[in-house]
Amino acid sequence: MMETSLSEIQKRKHPYAKRRIWTFVFLLISIIFVCLYSIITGSVKLQLHEVWEGLTGEKNSMFYTIVWDLRLPRTIVGLIVGMCLAISGTIMQGVMKNPLADPGIIGVSSGAALMAVIITIVLPQYIILLPFAAFIGGFVTAMLIYALAWQGGSSIARIILVGVAINAIIGATMSAIMLLYSDRVQAVLPWMAGVISGATMEQAKLLALYSIPGLILSILAIRHIRILHLGDEMAKLLGHHVERSRFLLIVISTFLTGIAVSVSGLIGFIGLVVPHMIRLIVGSDDRFVLPLSALGGGAFLVFADTIARSWFDPIELPVGLLLSFLGGPFFLYILHKRGNVRAFS
Amino acid sequence: MLSAKHITYQHSDHFLIEDVHVEIQKGEIVSLIGPNGSGKSTLLRLLSYVLKPIGGTVLLDGSEMHTLSRKAIAKKMAMLPQTNNHQLDMTVRELVEFGRNPHKGWFQAINDEDEKVIRWALQMTNLQSYEYRFLHSLSGGERQRAWIAMALAQRPEVLLLDEPTTYLDISHQLEVMELIQMLNEQLGMTVVMVLHDINQAAQYSDRMIVMKDGKIQYDDRTQCVICKQMFQDIFGIDVDIRYEGDKPFFIPIRKTCHMSCLT
Repeated sequence: MMETSLSEIQKRKHPYAKRRIWTFVFLLISIIFVCLYSIITGSVKLQLHEVWEGLTGEKNSMFYTIVWDLRLPRTIVGLIVGMCLAISGTIMQGVMKNPLADPGIIGVSSGAALMAVIITIVLPQYIILLPFAAFIGGFVTAMLIYALAWQGGSSIARIILVGVAINAIIGATMSAIMLLYSDRVQAVLPWMAGVISGATMEQAKLLALYSIPGLILSILAIRHIRILHLGDEMAKLLGHHVERSRFLLIVISTFLTGIAVSVSGLIGFIGLVVPHMIRLIVGSDDRFVLPLSALGGGAFLVFADTIARSWFDPIELPVGLLLSFLGGPFFLYILHKRGNVRAFS
Repeated sequence: MLSAKHITYQHSDHFLIEDVHVEIQKGEIVSLIGPNGSGKSTLLRLLSYVLKPIGGTVLLDGSEMHTLSRKAIAKKMAMLPQTNNHQLDMTVRELVEFGRNPHKGWFQAINDEDEKVIRWALQMTNLQSYEYRFLHSLSGGERQRAWIAMALAQRPEVLLLDEPTTYLDISHQLEVMELIQMLNEQLGMTVVMVLHDINQAAQYSDRMIVMKDGKIQYDDRTQCVICKQMFQDIFGIDVDIRYEGDKPFFIPIRKTCHMSCLT
């Protein structure tokens, strides 16, 4: 009797319910640990009590300076950039109905990179405008691709094809500039590989200011991504405005990537790998995939950045480079092990 | 209930639906049949307003479609296209919840009333115990029932179905057809469906519409449509018509001419 009622209760729950809770708890704990790890690690190793002293202690003490001026800003920036990239990837994969989609498809990365190359190489006197210019470059390129793909309606296939063409043109332009100014290429290379260095508290605050509206918008976007999974026609039949929400989603995704790219350069892979891994664990329901990817992306980037700046002393490796080195094989391993999983619909 | 007046639609040089009239009465089961490429699916999609006609109007309950919002249409009429994605990674319950979409504003969550409707839809389709099963773990028939449950959660008065039994084995086909019949009898649901199997269409419909080359060739009670002449004209085959009670069915005998003489 007891057993039947127990199985009755279990039937009334989503099969992944437990896993989702555990993943959430695990990621939350990881974020805390990773942030601590990031704060204690560096040329001066801190003890936990020293971190506490730095956080709460007097201004101008050594620990205060290390924690507030050096390590914390970098940790915050890493956290936010990781979140933005992971969410942006989740959204783009939903819109394109393709697990391999990342915001690069819609040209954000290449547009931002082109602007970064132009600023750092051709107009180095305006280097202060780099984040702003990169953001604008990414955003304008994305909108251009969307507009060119429009033919009385947008279609995923056309967006992807137009994206390929525009990305090729931008890539060629970039190469041309780099060839013409080959003596100055050095300056832009770290940016192309993706770095979070020299972050200040001011920058971190500014970044938070921009990204929070984006993050909130992305939560509101979950509904739209989910219904698009049913297919354009079915979504329309359920009274949904497919074009409108596709455009909204692309704008949000572009915005988030734009923010991330503008501060950290081209950090690839997080937007692709993190949502994919989360989906393997908790299924494809974006109500869970999106927030969990955000947590995962944040934790992952902070962790990778800490390793990149500390393990290879005295060199500071660009974090983007490390991510691709670590993420690539790990991704392959997961694909190999869980090849039969319906990672996506 | 649902009618199309003088509708015209063209999506390529070779395909044209011109000046078509359809009138669907409340509580009817109507089947659309015809050879491949005859325009029956297109007509269904025009009726559902996924496709907008180039000329003419479609009326739902007396109001012209273009004056209604998509959500208003979806509250009155549900349609299941043929190309439903079978690989969706979601549970039956999640799918059925989507049926509440037309009744929800941007930020509204599922409330008690939605919950009641979802329960009811699951019960009508006999899927209560499958609520948290994944769609891809179901049989074809169960999956089709889950899609129908989603359509029911819209609380529609009209249900449009595009080949609901294609790719199902015979027992699942009957399961789905009987469910549709039950919805019609118990809820007075108006049903319009494209069917491939003419005997099935004859068995379950009150009225049949036969299309060929984008035109409606026959539109009448089932007993009047299922006749030797119709099969001769539309499909170019010789058939034998039998009756099981008052339901006609046909047995194909031979092809009377090659495809070329039909066109």
